[in-house]
Amino acid sequence: MLITITIDGCEVSVPKGTSILEACRMHDIQIPTLCYDPELTSDGACRLCVVQIEGNHNLPPACRTTVWQGMVVQTQSPKVRAARKTILELLVANHPLDCMTCQKMGNCFLAEYAYDYGVTGEIYQGEKRKLPIDDGNPFILRDPNKCILCGKCIKACSQIQGKSILDYSFRGFNMQVSPAFNLPYNESDCDFCGSCVSVCPVGALTEKHMVGKGRPWEIKKVQTTCPFCGTGCNFDLNVKDGKVIGVTSNPDAPVNGKALCVKGRFGTDMIHSPNRLTTPLIKKDGVFVPAEWDEALDLVATKFQEIKNNYGADAIAALSSARCTNEDNFVMQKFMRAVVGTNNIDHCART
Amino acid sequence: MAENQRILVCAGTGCASSGAHKLIDALKLELNKQGLEETVSIVGTGCQGFCEKGPTVVIEPQQVLYCSVKPEDIAEIVAQDIMKGERVERLLLLDQVTQKPLSTMSEVPFFAQQHRIVLKNCGVIDPQKIEEYIARDGYAALKKVLKEMSPAETLEEVRKSGLRGRGGAGFPTGKKWAAILPTPSDKKYIICNGDEGDPGAFMDRSVLEGDPHSVIEGMLIGAYAMGVDEGYVYCRAEYPLAIKNLEIAIRQAEEAGFLGNNILNSGLNFKLNVFAGAGAFVCGEGSALMASIEGRRGMPRMRPPRSTVSGLFGKPTVINNVETWSNVPHILLNGADWYTQYGTDNSRGTKIFALTGKVNNTGLVEVPMGTTLREIIFDIGGGIQNGKAFKAVQIGGPSGGCIPEEMLDIRVDYDTLTKAGAMVGSGGLVVMDETTCMVDIARFFLDFTQKESCGKCTPCREGTKRMYEILDRIVKGEGKLEDIDILENLSYTIIETSLCGLGNSAPNPILATLKYFRHEFEAHILEHKCPAHSCSALLSYTIDAEKCKGCGLCAKNCPVSCITGEKKKPYVVNEDDCIKCGTCVDKCKFDAVVQA
Amino acid sequence: MTNSINEIPNTKLMFVIGSNTTEAHPVIGTKMKQALANGAKLIVVDPRETQLAEYSDLYLRLRPGTDIALINGMMNIILANGWENRAFIEERTEGFDEKFLETIAKYPPEVASQITGVPVDQLVEAARLYATTDPAQIFYTLGITEHTYGTDNVMSLANLALLTGNLGKESSGVNPLRGQNNVQGACDMGALPNVYPGYQPIVSPAAQAKFEAAWGVSLSPKPGFMIPDMFEAAHSKNLLALYVFGEDPVLTDADANHVRKGLEALDFLVVQDIFMSETAKLADVVLPGASFAEKDGTFTNTERRVQRVNQAIKPIGNSKPDWEIICELATRMGYPFTYQSPADIMLEVASLAPQYAGVTHGRLENHGLQWPVLSCDHPGTKFLHEGTCTRGKGLFMPIENQEPNESPDAEYPFLLTTGRKLAHYNVMTRNSAALETYSPEELAEINPADAKRLGFQDGERVHVKSRRGELDTKIVITERVPEGVVFMTLHYLETPTNVLTNGAYDKVTKTYEYKVCGVQISKIS
Repeated sequence: MLITITIDGCEVSVPKGTSILEACRMHDIQIPTLCYDPELTSDGACRLCVVQIEGNHNLPPACRTTVWQGMVVQTQSPKVRAARKTILELLVANHPLDCMTCQKMGNCFLAEYAYDYGVTGEIYQGEKRKLPIDDGNPFILRDPNKCILCGKCIKACSQIQGKSILDYSFRGFNMQVSPAFNLPYNESDCDFCGSCVSVCPVGALTEKHMVGKGRPWEIKKVQTTCPFCGTGCNFDLNVKDGKVIGVTSNPDAPVNGKALCVKGRFGTDMIHSPNRLTTPLIKKDGVFVPAEWDEALDLVATKFQEIKNNYGADAIAALSSARCTNEDNFVMQKFMRAVVGTNNIDHCART
Repeated sequence: MAENQRILVCAGTGCASSGAHKLIDALKLELNKQGLEETVSIVGTGCQGFCEKGPTVVIEPQQVLYCSVKPEDIAEIVAQDIMKGERVERLLLLDQVTQKPLSTMSEVPFFAQQHRIVLKNCGVIDPQKIEEYIARDGYAALKKVLKEMSPAETLEEVRKSGLRGRGGAGFPTGKKWAAILPTPSDKKYIICNGDEGDPGAFMDRSVLEGDPHSVIEGMLIGAYAMGVDEGYVYCRAEYPLAIKNLEIAIRQAEEAGFLGNNILNSGLNFKLNVFAGAGAFVCGEGSALMASIEGRRGMPRMRPPRSTVSGLFGKPTVINNVETWSNVPHILLNGADWYTQYGTDNSRGTKIFALTGKVNNTGLVEVPMGTTLREIIFDIGGGIQNGKAFKAVQIGGPSGGCIPEEMLDIRVDYDTLTKAGAMVGSGGLVVMDETTCMVDIARFFLDFTQKESCGKCTPCREGTKRMYEILDRIVKGEGKLEDIDILENLSYTIIETSLCGLGNSAPNPILATLKYFRHEFEAHILEHKCPAHSCSALLSYTIDAEKCKGCGLCAKNCPVSCITGEKKKPYVVNEDDCIKCGTCVDKCKFDAVVQA
Repeated sequence: MTNSINEIPNTKLMFVIGSNTTEAHPVIGTKMKQALANGAKLIVVDPRETQLAEYSDLYLRLRPGTDIALINGMMNIILANGWENRAFIEERTEGFDEKFLETIAKYPPEVASQITGVPVDQLVEAARLYATTDPAQIFYTLGITEHTYGTDNVMSLANLALLTGNLGKESSGVNPLRGQNNVQGACDMGALPNVYPGYQPIVSPAAQAKFEAAWGVSLSPKPGFMIPDMFEAAHSKNLLALYVFGEDPVLTDADANHVRKGLEALDFLVVQDIFMSETAKLADVVLPGASFAEKDGTFTNTERRVQRVNQAIKPIGNSKPDWEIICELATRMGYPFTYQSPADIMLEVASLAPQYAGVTHGRLENHGLQWPVLSCDHPGTKFLHEGTCTRGKGLFMPIENQEPNESPDAEYPFLLTTGRKLAHYNVMTRNSAALETYSPEELAEINPADAKRLGFQDGERVHVKSRRGELDTKIVITERVPEGVVFMTLHYLETPTNVLTNGAYDKVTKTYEYKVCGVQISKIS
């Protein structure tokens, strides 16, 4: 069933049960949000998406307000913009302004909205948090001073990962997000899936190994499939200057959405491991000697041909790879069957 | 000696802390000594209400009220009053005008002008004895309802009574109850909200301590009307006596067949649990309270869905506060028509207030809705302490506002107070006199709300902190004129954008004081003066050379030795070193120290 | 998997047997936890109390290797209580006969309990929950297959699903969680000694003719060696050359010393890998392949979803994408492979493997397709066996309980069982500095009672020995393993667990019995 509402003077029709925010996003009307994520339940905590509804004295959050027939919504009225600006001023007043060295620069929602609303953080001078940074683990850097307490990481941990490692602690201005008893991540029961990092709108949770490695505008994102188990998660490889500097979630990943595990999110540094083989090697007198491709391939081709000619094709076998692509495996089995002439091909199909 | 002689000793939390239990012990000893232990009974009651004069003792049936009784007075009371029927005059209250002793409660204006419905049993019965409750028509309403009325008729009676939620918002109770009916569910809950947290409020504590069965009976009637078989009383853990008396009452009610399965053969089943909350103001907010019972962090959530659709453990739930539930048996027993004779058109019945601050008779008072603030503060409360001038009354706790002298004649009901920029709230009334700084009062309440904000939504978490900081600067004389605009703007944003009632009302104390006492803010900012001479940072101390006799008492008592002088000559305050503690003012016998 | 991963959150019951899901398939583990949050029930069957077991409603700690007795026992209970799905049995199955029922009759709850060590009431509750909850899903992995009777274990689970009709529906089916990222695809592509791409049998003349026509050569009708056969043949000099591509059997195959000897007996060993693996060290020629980040292609995941692998960077150093290396070899051996790209290769796959008929790189985009994809406009298949099974009717198989090839005895009194841990994937993640920092060494799990008896301290290094090999390892003392059982992983070359494991294998699939062998454990003097 469709419901007709008026947003900023334009009549639009949306399905019954839609929130104002969803309705706006369906029609490309921009509303700032910090705590909203379509994969998570919405709490209406940050209050940045407030809108004005005709006949309503207060400014309700668009993310948690369901449309009704004939609703008249203002998303950019002076009153709405002033309220949003005040909320942003309050957040920025309690936020470090070290944007120049912040890993999130260029990808920070708080900075983006502050720019849009002309927020400086100067109006509300007062106390700022000075909490210790949690860097005692190899994966996640947690700077609670940058946290805007939107709660998305808490929900990602419980609703995506099913772990509930994170929750709010303390009250009011002293509120923090932390593992139980305010322990650092590495002393908690955290699995380091990094779902919390994937939803953080600011620089409070960042991938430790990506710090200082590249700015968002320098990074090329390449969606691909994770090589670390049979689940088939997709993610974006972050590439800068021909190097993979890390992994970020791709919300459109068909199997996993934003969820990943510690291996997929943080294990791809093995791509540039110094242990990588970079040239063909031929063992001569028990020692590997670097070789040109031609030499190595000719040697293999000659040896295979020799053995095939002298002992038959079945004296040759291949172990294919459950870690390589379908195309690699297809050409491998075709090579063994059609070129060598044997069905001696297997792989660790059962492990 | 009179028949049915009973001695009621107030053993509510207030009087207990000023020695009520020692009185009871002394009474037992003395009655034993006199051989009266069989004929005279001692009852430790819940709060009798007259906290200012506690511990209070009432002799029944004559209704003699003795105030501020000490253990050493007991022998005299027994010998003179119990045995001879003569009053111990020195322990009676004096009439404010005539200074004559008032020998019975009905002569005491504090009691005479109240109308006690909910507090009917408070201070009269032993709350740990179900038979005393039953003897005063306890559980009669339940029996009547189960025997004579259908659930629908019961609900209709509550609706007709016009009862509105006593927790503060004043939502019509009947309407709330009806809202739980349409949602089909295998389980529904009712909750009694006893997380009373406003500074200076102790109405619910007193009811739970003094008359727990009235709450249980109210919830039973609600359970019957709404088809609910389980309930919770959420009581803050700081109320150990309330929890204890409630648990005793539940056990006794279970034993008596009022709780459990097939209650009074009616087929009604009802289980009642007590949950001790760990002391967060925000847990008084319904959804936060339910989260807390569920074992989660007590934080409010957005509505819809309303709790009547998805509340405790995701099941339809009706939550009312202690006083609301406690009204229910009276309504059902006496009928809605009886109830509607009290109060005003849109605010029926009575309301309990906790009267505190600079008022003579601090205590617990119950008056019909529509009584004026002046009647409550001056007639019942006995006016301002030490003959000082009234300045304002703060009503509605941290969510309420300050009402000035010129508005003292407004009637206390939901709609009138809201219009005046305050609210009934749960019933805290804090009286302020001319020495109270209104900026400092606003700062006090903002300090409370910013500490008690759960932190979930941005405007309340960050905004109340900044408002507190601005007020703190103004109080210290560091404010700027634009701070008033910033405060006002911030107030409106917080009201309009906060997630729950805490944030929606947190700026009220600022807006109300700005509305009625703006000049005090301006004086702090522009003149660096506190008109109430209360903000220490803005005070200066000088010694009037004319008045000073040179006794040296001020210098002797100055903790930082900043007063110097020679004996018999005027002394001088070195203002640079002065910490503005005010000791010199208190010590000077000649009013020579000038505070400005 | 017969179902899809994203059907898991909507299921009502999960019967997880022999799968350490939250560690070996973490994101599937999260889907299971989401199902729990949605009110689903969870039964975990495992000798080791996995993290998932902590979330379970019912945890059955069975004696390792007694899965058939447990499943037969559950079926006995289901039949005794009339919880079976008669309509499903009638319409969709065959073999529900005297012989099958006689077999099941041999496993009344008391007998099953005695064999498995699982209390009768837990067996009854598991049977009741699985049989009476709809939809219910079975999940299993290597705890089921890595036994000498792994095939029988799987068929037992199939019996259980057929008996209750928990099959061929959304959120209901039998779901093996495939371990390797592209083990499904490698099988689909015919990297197996008995089938061509798309599971077309080598022994089928029609299939042979189809592939001979497509490839223009005559093909051998003789099935080839399975992995264990290869090492045996190498020992006996029937196999002279081996081309190992992206595997490290020296570390990952059971009875590693035997494997190593087999490889050493070869005349010619070629290893194509991205790291100098333990196997590569034995090679005559090592060819540097490209990692997944350096080549295009596709992986097929455990839910049969064919997804794109996209090249993000150039191959490191002088390495090359693997398919290119193989193509060059083919060309040098006189059969030019002229594919221009992996997309080209997929066109040929689609023309030969019916399940992939509609798969092209272009169609996969960023969402993939689940096979069977029967044509270019076929949307793919979310779950299998709706209305009918692959063979037509589901077949009940009478299966008896069996004993592992090597159980603990007086000389080797501990039962060693092996698996994975969360932070590592086989052996290559050791090359991730972050993961290596986090989880740098083997921590063999031993029960506190055993540790106390042997005088072991937490974190102590101990000596472990089997009939086939020995090693030293650090231990962690934990209730996760029952008394008498030791758990180790395969990740660490410094602690090469597979020197201990038994090379005995399943009679059909020739999968090694990684899950059970006897070891002795002693202090390092």
